[in-house]
Amino acid sequence: MPDTLRHLLRTPQGLIGGGIILMALLAAIGGPAIAPFDPEAFHVRARFSGPGATYWLGTDQFGRDILSRILAGARSTLFLAVAATALGTVAGAVLGTLSAFIGGWVDEALMRIVDAVMAIPNLLFTLLIVTVLGASGVNALIALGIAFTPGMARITRSVALAVRQQDFVNAAVARGETGSFIVLREMLPNVVGPIIVEATIRVAFAVMGLATLSFLGLGAQPPSSEWGLMVAEARPYLFRNAWMMLFPGLAIALVAVAFNLFGDGLRDALNPRA
Amino acid sequence: MSASYLLRRLLTILLTVLIVSMLVFGITQVLPADAAVMLLGENATPEQLVAVRARLGLDLPVWQQYLGWIGHVLRGDFGTSLETGLPVGEVMFTALGRSLLLALLSLLLMLVVAIPLGVVAALRRGRASDLGIGLASYVGVSMPEFVTATLVLITLGNPAFGLLPSTGYVPLTEDFRGGLARLVLPVLTVSVILVAHVVRMVRSEMVDVLGTDYVRAARMKGLSRPRILFRHALRNALLPTITVVALDIGYLLGGIIVVEEIFAFPGIGRALIVAIQQRDLPSIQAGALIMAATYALANLLADLAYAALDKRIRYA
Repeated sequence: MPDTLRHLLRTPQGLIGGGIILMALLAAIGGPAIAPFDPEAFHVRARFSGPGATYWLGTDQFGRDILSRILAGARSTLFLAVAATALGTVAGAVLGTLSAFIGGWVDEALMRIVDAVMAIPNLLFTLLIVTVLGASGVNALIALGIAFTPGMARITRSVALAVRQQDFVNAAVARGETGSFIVLREMLPNVVGPIIVEATIRVAFAVMGLATLSFLGLGAQPPSSEWGLMVAEARPYLFRNAWMMLFPGLAIALVAVAFNLFGDGLRDALNPRA
Repeated sequence: MSASYLLRRLLTILLTVLIVSMLVFGITQVLPADAAVMLLGENATPEQLVAVRARLGLDLPVWQQYLGWIGHVLRGDFGTSLETGLPVGEVMFTALGRSLLLALLSLLLMLVVAIPLGVVAALRRGRASDLGIGLASYVGVSMPEFVTATLVLITLGNPAFGLLPSTGYVPLTEDFRGGLARLVLPVLTVSVILVAHVVRMVRSEMVDVLGTDYVRAARMKGLSRPRILFRHALRNALLPTITVVALDIGYLLGGIIVVEEIFAFPGIGRALIVAIQQRDLPSIQAGALIMAATYALANLLADLAYAALDKRIRYA
């Protein structure tokens, strides 16, 4: 693993992506502590101010400090995105490995369903699930996780099929190990690499997807300072103070770029031939 | 392409639409809103409610309701909107027409912009223009549609500059110039996202093709540079790009939902968002079903086009 990390940090993508992610993580952990103001505090005399010496990134319609809100929002934005990806990845990995391990008509049927679900446009699918579950940050997380599951299942399955042919799996079968032991202890650890790469890139999609749901009023709810919600709240004042939407929008894009870069770097580091 | 392949694809589409229909029907079962109350208002008497529920079939078991509903849908009857009382099928298909116009114009603009940019990046590999194009497409891919759209809105659509009308829709048949002007910003936004995806693909394919033996052979034969580029390299580089474009139809639909919402463009995406916000069940159902079916068909068409263009492809 340290070897992979060294490789990763030697690629420019990995270094830049990792750096930005590290910064975002710091904001997520210590956000409220390093924020110059209370993210919920109204500064009535300084509403709609542009970037300046006191309020570095300006203030919103209530005079709340935008920098403080972005720092405070990093926690919910990152947490929801990573959790959604983790949910979809774990569910997909288990499903895909299981499908490859069982094989036969179960595999065929599962993959047909996966095909059918993947043919639903992603945003439409998440919109429908959120409509069923109700609009909230956590439900947006669940919806996105479910939406990620079929794609991850398919990728895991193809990797797992290759692993399935390996001798150590045959040996485990010959030893008479149970199905769950073989899937969890023998196969899963060996399909983890490609899954991690895919999951990292998916975090970028999750950040964007969650922000989009919040923006449409179907994700995080006020007074949260989730970044997509901040952009949505800035919408009525678009032409009055564009900074209000620009900075949270930039934050979303930056974190998404970072995870894309990091995922690409990770792919190169894990697979030096490509 | 074999008949069995086509049949299998059509069956998958059917399965997709079936899953969407169940999901969409499931919404009716879990939403707290009662269609009978929504129709009659809060002051309806219990007897009236019972009568309306019986008329709408809401007192039947779930599976009978589902079958009844899907039967109507198959006959083209999506029901009437709880908000407006209009037939939702008609409303949604009209909206779909507008969305398709937006989508096709965006695809067209994307092709015109992305292919030359990708080729330039490939030819000038490692130089400033390549890095610039690469960086821009990375950022373009990583920006959610709503951020791109708002950026376009506050720059080109800003009323302070008075460049272009920022929102709304006018049918082209009524006022061609006004309608076109209102299409510019949404089309621009959607294509920015698509261009970012496709440029990277064109570039990497072009780089690969330029390194192949047959391109080297063409060069050694003394063919002119444009001829090598356009007759030999580009044609092969574009084929895998078509697949990406096909995949992008999904992004296109997602993008269109958001872009239509921001630019108040009355397409199917905005209609769906409005329906979800109003909890207008028949509209949600019709919108989602029509969208999913359109997407599945578009994907199939893209695959067929790919096979028609590349004779080496044989779908078994």
